Amino acid sequence: MSNAITLNYHIEGSDFINAGNASSQIKKVLQQLNVDPKTIKRIVVALYEAEVNVVAHAYKGDISAEITTEDITITLDDEGPGIVDIDMAMTEGYSTASPKVREMGFGAGMGLPNIKRNVDELNIQSEVKVGTKVVMKVKLS
Amino acid sequence: MKVRDIQEKLQLQLFSGGSGLDNEITGGYVSDLLSDVMGNSDSGEAWVTLQTHKNIMAIASLKELSCIIIVKGFKPEQETIDKSDEDGIPILGSDKSTFEISGELYQLIKK
Repeated sequence: MSNAITLNYHIEGSDFINAGNASSQIKKVLQQLNVDPKTIKRIVVALYEAEVNVVAHAYKGDISAEITTEDITITLDDEGPGIVDIDMAMTEGYSTASPKVREMGFGAGMGLPNIKRNVDELNIQSEVKVGTKVVMKVKLS
Repeated sequence: MKVRDIQEKLQLQLFSGGSGLDNEITGGYVSDLLSDVMGNSDSGEAWVTLQTHKNIMAIASLKELSCIIIVKGFKPEQETIDKSDEDGIPILGSDKSTFEISGELYQLIKK
């Protein structure tokens, strides 16, 4: 693990069938790198929620994960409606998800709080009608 | 307790993922909100839900759950079944309600 590893994935909006694929693949890589299982669990929860957010709300997005010996930094950059009020979006129980998405058991307003609880650093930048960029960092050692 | 033990004792139908019938059950989690399960379930737990779409398998795999039990006679979608077979996490089913299955499951696995 002397050099940084970079992994890239693409997400299409509304593609619920493939939601979680990036999380699953990054999980495998972290296991191969012998990262502490508890840390892997935190990363997986945060990344899955972020992935589902792109699928549920955006038109498309890209994920890039950079892994070093110290930490993993995951960036999700989407083209979509953006978030009008980020503080509101961080509130447990607040959601703008569609009825269809809610029927599937998503959109309970727990995604962003789940992310925040499981990462060491979280930065969300959003522009309405343009898109949202989420950067999260978790320490690995 | 293994998945096959609760399958027999609760007379659950096996939809898929039979290669995981020897998965060890460490507890249970009951919820239809996927973020709730993602955020709060623990590995090895049996998950009782009425959701049937493929994302339940994504969660079960990522969280390393022992099995999924689908209630009220609902059936998993084909894509859900395929992923369950691939990952070796059994999907079981019952005609009973969430309340009844959870109660019976609790009686079986409580310490």
